[in-house]
Amino acid sequence: MKKLLAGFVLLFGTLFLPQLVIAAADLEVNTPAISAIKGSMQARHGQLAAHYASGAVGLTKDGMVAVRDANSVPLKDRGALNSAVAAENADRAKLYKEIATANGHPEWQPEIQSTFASRWIDKAQSGWWVQGAGGWVQK
Amino acid sequence: MKNWMLGVAFACVLPACVTINIYFPAAAAEKAADKIIDDVWQLKNGTEKPSVNVGEPAAK
Repeated sequence: MKKLLAGFVLLFGTLFLPQLVIAAADLEVNTPAISAIKGSMQARHGQLAAHYASGAVGLTKDGMVAVRDANSVPLKDRGALNSAVAAENADRAKLYKEIATANGHPEWQPEIQSTFASRWIDKAQSGWWVQGAGGWVQK
Repeated sequence: MKNWMLGVAFACVLPACVTINIYFPAAAAEKAADKIIDDVWQLKNGTEKPSVNVGEPAAK
């Protein structure tokens, strides 16, 4: 009887312990590729932050950035604005993909992207524009 | 008796392994996202201090 009980304890242990271990584990985000993308985004943030604050650029609900109000930027600066937004989105797409592949699960990319989407929006400063279900809203 | 128990254990562990491999670790992903966003936006442990609009940023 004791043996049977021990068997059941062992059984449940083997069943549930691995799940707990996985749940507590961190995702790998310290690869050279991810660091490089992060560095590039960090360098660009100085430029983009002013546009977030002015409302020219907003954070989209799919974890990207978009030009929201090009008119708030002088005509001569719009080219630079568009290319900064395009470069930022390219980096973000690469970042999501890299995290998924670095963890051996390329199929996780959409979920990683949507996790980031809500975290970017959560952490956005007040006054910045973010995309909700019903469209753009100012935080 | 032992063999029977081992068999059951195996039968239960095997599908568990498969489940774990396809399970998306949402909490870990959130943690990773927070870490990366803090780095990119240079937020210092939660305090939302804007490093922008303070004169000319990173001029020197």
